[in-house]
Amino acid sequence: MNPKWRLWLGGILAAAVIAAALYFPALRRQVYRAKTITEKTAEQARRELLPPTPTSSSEPMVKAKMFWGSTEGDATLVPITVELPLSSDPTLRAKEILNTLLAGPVDPEARTLPPDAALLAFYILPDGTAVADFSEALANSIPSGIQSEQLAVDSITHTLDANVPQVKRLKILIHGQEADTLAGHLDLTQTFQVSTNGASTPAPSRSGLSVLTSPVQKAYEKVRGTTKRQ
Amino acid sequence: MLVAVPAFPNTQTPAANKPQTSAPAQPPQVTHPGAPPTATPFPEIPLREAPSVGLNIVVLDPAHGGTDLGARGTEGIRESEVVVQFADAVRRALEAQGFQVLLTRQGNENPSFDDRSARANAQRGAVFVTLHIASTGLAGTARTYVMPATTTARDPSGMVPWDQAQAPFSTLSHKLGDMVQAELEKRFKGSPPTAQEAPIRQLRTTAAPAIAVEISSVTVENRADLDRMIPGVADAIGHGVAAFRPSYIVPVMPGTPLVSQP
Repeated sequence: MNPKWRLWLGGILAAAVIAAALYFPALRRQVYRAKTITEKTAEQARRELLPPTPTSSSEPMVKAKMFWGSTEGDATLVPITVELPLSSDPTLRAKEILNTLLAGPVDPEARTLPPDAALLAFYILPDGTAVADFSEALANSIPSGIQSEQLAVDSITHTLDANVPQVKRLKILIHGQEADTLAGHLDLTQTFQVSTNGASTPAPSRSGLSVLTSPVQKAYEKVRGTTKRQ
Repeated sequence: MLVAVPAFPNTQTPAANKPQTSAPAQPPQVTHPGAPPTATPFPEIPLREAPSVGLNIVVLDPAHGGTDLGARGTEGIRESEVVVQFADAVRRALEAQGFQVLLTRQGNENPSFDDRSARANAQRGAVFVTLHIASTGLAGTARTYVMPATTTARDPSGMVPWDQAQAPFSTLSHKLGDMVQAELEKRFKGSPPTAQEAPIRQLRTTAAPAIAVEISSVTVENRADLDRMIPGVADAIGHGVAAFRPSYIVPVMPGTPLVSQP
């Protein structure tokens, strides 16, 4: 190789090094930006693929009673009234109600269901038995325990009772299948009583919620990713 | 699936107690899943006085195990491991009260719900206590749960379906639960005064007075906080079950109608 070519080659290499040095900060910014973008969970992706529940924007706004956890420290279920454009069709109405329940309250401390859980399907049978099919996140992400599992189911049944009187009983499926338990404790093989004969408040006495002193959201954040069902 | 359980357990006052050692426990008569129904022999010679057996066995169930770790805390606390330690202390407390204690697991195995229930269903005059550590709740509290009362159809033979095996014992379970919870409340401030109702899978197939005790919680910042509860929980369960003992008298009669499977 003659000296002239060496000079040219050296110049090209030097130019490449300079160009790379100039480009490196921009590349670094791009990588950082990509890293900070929240990764979509499988459940979020699935939720986006689900056909959206038809919103009844033409329907008048209705005051709906949602049962979320208390933020007062006693962590009982408390009714929160929200205004929603609810359908008069019981099935659509129930879907809208449950999706609102899943979306969670303004205060995440009062959440009773995992934020990544989704309602996959909902039906009401002629005898008043409703079938609600939830994504696996409902079972996998909920804090394991009798207390937390019962709070989750009670928030669903009490909310349905208060807003969809046609629902008398509820059968919960997980991803289209009957599950033995919700997260290792609460029995999902049978139906849950929803209707309380017109009473829209949760059954007091022995319902097991009066001593829930730590909101589920706190526990959820604490044990997220570590609590598993069997 | 149907199961054989002793029929019509009695709730009696202490004054009405009969001697509890008058008759040994009879071999269990359990019809296994898939087995054809067998005719239950009716006693040919009526007994003048049905001998009875009192509560002398406690089946203790440390929940979860094996690959099922149960609730897990941020400090690496695993429910499946902690409950074994609690169970060991509870066993000693119950034995000190004169009970024979049978554990559903002693190591890291994970029997099925039905296997655990079968351990109790195979006894006569036993109660079932399943131990759990919660993910929620005020640390340092404990709660006792019982199955909600349900009605169950009993066919003329006296058989009760396996999946409704707990139904005939609802009243007794509530009584046992209240007695244990009263003891827990004395020792752990903030715990409720009475047992709570919850449809717990493990209890549903148990043909005996059955309770679940859940302790809060795996989310404690220091494992020692849970360890400090062990003696109190053991003592409370020991005293609670002992207080319940006079209430549980099981008639022992040859051919007592049992629960079967379809």
